[in-house]
Amino acid sequence: MPLEPAITDVEQLKDRPALGRLLASAVIAVEAVKFDRNELSIWVPREHIIAAIRTLKEDPELQFTFLSDVTCVDWYPSEPRFELSYHLLSISRKERVRLKVKLLGDDAQVDSVFSIFPSCDYFEREVFDLFGVRFHGHPNLVRIMMPEDWKGHPLRKDYPVEGYR
Amino acid sequence: MAHMNPTPVLEAGQDKTMVLNMGPQHPSTHGVLRLLLEIDGETIVRIMPDIGYLHTGIEKTCEAKFYQQVVPMTDRIDYLCPMTNNLAYCLAVEKLLGLEIPERAQWLRVLCNELTRINSHLVWLGTGAMDLGAMTVFLYCFREREELLKLFEAVSGQRMMTSYFRVGGIAMEPPLDWFARVKKFADTFPSKMDEYEGLLTQNPIFLMRTKGVALLSKEDALALGASGPTMRGSGIDFDIRRDMPYSGYDKFKFQVPVKTDGDVFARYQCRIAELRESCNIVQQALAGMPEGSIKADAPKVVLPDREKMKTEMEALIYHFKIVTEGFTVPPGEVYSAIESPRGEMGYYIVSDGTAKPYRVHMRSPSFANLQVLPSMCKGQLLADVVAAIGSIDIVLGDVDR
Repeated sequence: MPLEPAITDVEQLKDRPALGRLLASAVIAVEAVKFDRNELSIWVPREHIIAAIRTLKEDPELQFTFLSDVTCVDWYPSEPRFELSYHLLSISRKERVRLKVKLLGDDAQVDSVFSIFPSCDYFEREVFDLFGVRFHGHPNLVRIMMPEDWKGHPLRKDYPVEGYR
Repeated sequence: MAHMNPTPVLEAGQDKTMVLNMGPQHPSTHGVLRLLLEIDGETIVRIMPDIGYLHTGIEKTCEAKFYQQVVPMTDRIDYLCPMTNNLAYCLAVEKLLGLEIPERAQWLRVLCNELTRINSHLVWLGTGAMDLGAMTVFLYCFREREELLKLFEAVSGQRMMTSYFRVGGIAMEPPLDWFARVKKFADTFPSKMDEYEGLLTQNPIFLMRTKGVALLSKEDALALGASGPTMRGSGIDFDIRRDMPYSGYDKFKFQVPVKTDGDVFARYQCRIAELRESCNIVQQALAGMPEGSIKADAPKVVLPDREKMKTEMEALIYHFKIVTEGFTVPPGEVYSAIESPRGEMGYYIVSDGTAKPYRVHMRSPSFANLQVLPSMCKGQLLADVVAAIGSIDIVLGDVDR
């Protein structure tokens, strides 16, 4: 299976149900899309992440009822620096989709999706702990991996692999 | 160590609950899990897991290694099923590269994966039963596990940290008598299973400790992100091997056991049935093992055979290049998930086009499954917490990474 070039044109991809529903919604803006290596990624503005995830979960024809994973990539030193990835799985339709949100380095905060998927609890705490991204509305946003008096966020790219000491 | 919710401060006369610390060094937490239990008499009011004691920053370390050097790191995440981790990682990188894997390598991977699943479930069965007081099962399980570890050692040179899979295939052919040894194991294993079940499945003490204990509803399992047997014990019929097949699993016939009770016993039944199904898959893999190469035809990614490396100039150059510079991976990102013994093991890898991964994230099943523990233990007895931990089968290396 040699690699095929990624498709980034919204027009070519709008037949895919997940993207079609998000485009049809009046409140959600789709910033960009990419279909690469058989995986669909959709970028949405951070104000719309709750609405987008709720649409994907609650639409009877989509049923992305399982949140597989929430994680982050640090693109330091370029801006927007942080890129959050939400991996959703539709158990009934056997399909995955990736929602992405870009965050500026000096304004790394986003709404928590805890009200829709309580399973994001540990994942968001992990991103907060290791990247320093804040999630508004998370009931218990404290460090999960590192000690509570730890300085810095180890998975940031400007954090040395060996640590500061 | 790792942060905990602020420990609840209880003033005298305010209420009648107390806070009890369990772990991190506690034999039934299967590693270094610390639980803060708020109890009313012997009834659990609240549980707060405190994790992070085993955090070693594997994700950060991976960013400083070549793609092929990450494989041994993956063994150490979930040390009870190293080959599943190897496979999940290799599949993700192969997806990034667009690499086609020969059929024999795929089948060998499936074979090793199912042996690993049996290995992992045997540890769960032995330790889980011992937590409830059944010592004999533990000894029996470890007797069979020893056989498996010998098989792993024969094939990879290591009992536990196998690192047997490579990006683009498998490290080396199994030794000559290996398939016969696996066959012998698979032939005798069902009778061993009857032995374990004879000790537990009808045992009134075991039933009293497991039936109706630590209930997890279907809705909670879905909402809290449980996967694998923990989810299937609550009636959600989903198995990545069957529903989103990878590595040639679509060529195998097997059942996915699902129970609807959602208690400890249901999860026990699911895993017991899975052990038998895994043994069945092993038999199918042995019977239909195709001939051919075990490495993909990609000289820039896969190390050449030793023989070739010593006789051909070109192969020597490729060998030198891969070892010293690694291989580059086209930019992009993938999320590739497989069904590990504990649930959905996903690797999210971002490549920036260099020989080192820009970001490796492991979506480990134990980490997500641990989230269901507080909800399933609420209102249960203190002693049942031990049964509940055993039934979600967490590995702390997998939780903390």
